[in-house]
Amino acid sequence: MDIKDLYRDVILDHNRKPRNFGPLESADARVEGFNPLCGDRLTLRLKFANDEIRDIRFEGQGCAISTASASLMTEAVKGKTRAQALTLFSLVHKLLTDDAAPADELGKLAALSGVREYPARVKCASLCWHTLACALHAPEPQCVPAVSTE
Amino acid sequence: MTHAALAQKSANFDVNAVRRHFPVLARTVQGKALAYLDNGASAQQPNAVIDAVTDYQRHHHANIHRGVHTLSQEATALYETARDRVMHFINARSRQEIIFTRGTTEAINLVAQSYARPSLRAGDEILITHLEHHANIVPWQMLCEQTGASLVVVPMDSRGEVHIDAAMALMRPQTRLFAFAQVSNALGTVLPIRQLVAAAKARGIVTLIDGAQAVPHLAVDVQSLGCDFYAFSGHKMFAPTGIGVLYGREAILELMPPWQGGGDMILSVSFAKTTYNSLPYKFEAGTPNISGAIGLGAAVDFLDSLDRDAACAHEAALLEHATATLSRIADLRVIGTALEKTSLISFVVAGVHPHDLGTVLDEDGIAIRTGHHCAMPVMEYFKVPATARASFAFYNTFDELDRLAAAIERARELFA
Repeated sequence: MDIKDLYRDVILDHNRKPRNFGPLESADARVEGFNPLCGDRLTLRLKFANDEIRDIRFEGQGCAISTASASLMTEAVKGKTRAQALTLFSLVHKLLTDDAAPADELGKLAALSGVREYPARVKCASLCWHTLACALHAPEPQCVPAVSTE
Repeated sequence: MTHAALAQKSANFDVNAVRRHFPVLARTVQGKALAYLDNGASAQQPNAVIDAVTDYQRHHHANIHRGVHTLSQEATALYETARDRVMHFINARSRQEIIFTRGTTEAINLVAQSYARPSLRAGDEILITHLEHHANIVPWQMLCEQTGASLVVVPMDSRGEVHIDAAMALMRPQTRLFAFAQVSNALGTVLPIRQLVAAAKARGIVTLIDGAQAVPHLAVDVQSLGCDFYAFSGHKMFAPTGIGVLYGREAILELMPPWQGGGDMILSVSFAKTTYNSLPYKFEAGTPNISGAIGLGAAVDFLDSLDRDAACAHEAALLEHATATLSRIADLRVIGTALEKTSLISFVVAGVHPHDLGTVLDEDGIAIRTGHHCAMPVMEYFKVPATARASFAFYNTFDELDRLAAAIERARELFA
């Protein structure tokens, strides 16, 4: 196993230069994720147009896997409907945990497939997705509780 | 010890001979020789401990204190001999003062629930310090919720030190108990426990010392210290997990009610009235971790068989070498720079999250701990979400430290 299978160039790049990073003015939803295992904290802010995620940005501190995963996620779900974003979540979850998962339809997100060889790091990659799912499921998006992966 | 004396003592220490006692140190991880630098989380076990446990399991296992048959008597003798070894190890006055627990955490909870809960009320204060492990914070918070008492925290400074005058300023008439670590698990700081205990005693404040990080490194003498309670875990001092010790002064233990009811802690039971057993059995309800206690006794014997001064000097030399080597790495910041530390170094590297560092080091066979070390208030103080922590035992080598430094440099390049 090579460490570069985990830390692929796409991951390193998104860690160095996270996309959609920073505050989002007049967001419709704000949700926080926390991984007590490593102290990673993540705030997601979203704007919706009807059922579509029109904009999404994130802030927080985390490891390279968690930062890159959040960055890749914001790129992937922007413009998607809630249902499409949740479908993507289940595909990413499969990618992170199941060796037989197809990576073709995931585009750049497929770069996360190396994580499944490192079970202790799956939570790092999935924190942002759990946080997003919380925002998408919540009936009152302004008062979503923090989610934890522990 | 002077630097020259330290170097001499350290030179006398045959680390390779010591390593041969620990079978796991010979294994590889990811195809590389294991460099086990996570001793603060749990230390490895020598053959003497492994053999004592398996010998008990192969030849002597039975329940203790209740059988007239041979195995039960042998098991009882082995278990109680382990108690005597622990008594000598910390120089307790009597074996009644040694209570076996699951570990430090359970020992502290025992004191919180059995000693403090019946006697505390609203307005009373419990004093702890800023650098405590969660195990010496949360039981007191739970107690405060139960009794209306308040938790008061002695601050630490930017080196990660706790000073006697800061503590004394918070020892007030309403302070009922002062619970503090002898050594910080997150930073390695050695606290001035002799002064802290003396100041508390002078004010009639009961003291509990969390010795989990101290017993593998420092000689402990509870009589000379004069503390009321001293708690520690077996697995940090080369014994199995699931066994630990609460030392309590006999006079104070006598006054405390049992905290768990069950078998072994009673003399007689009827539906009308139960009479409790004497010390230490009053606090050991149910069948205990017999093999763990036997392993702990063997760990004490193993430590006694070492030249502990030389082992200690070797650890001090390891810390000095690690601090010097790691400090030369650009963007690396040591967290916790107390003048007196055990062999532990906590650090952060700009641009490399501790968790990523831990994964990269593991690829090189190097085991360190990354995270908040169950000391989130310490992380908060230093404004870091987590640190990387390399913690050494006397079986670690200078070569392992050099491998650590080289691997950190490689991680910096990867994430640059």
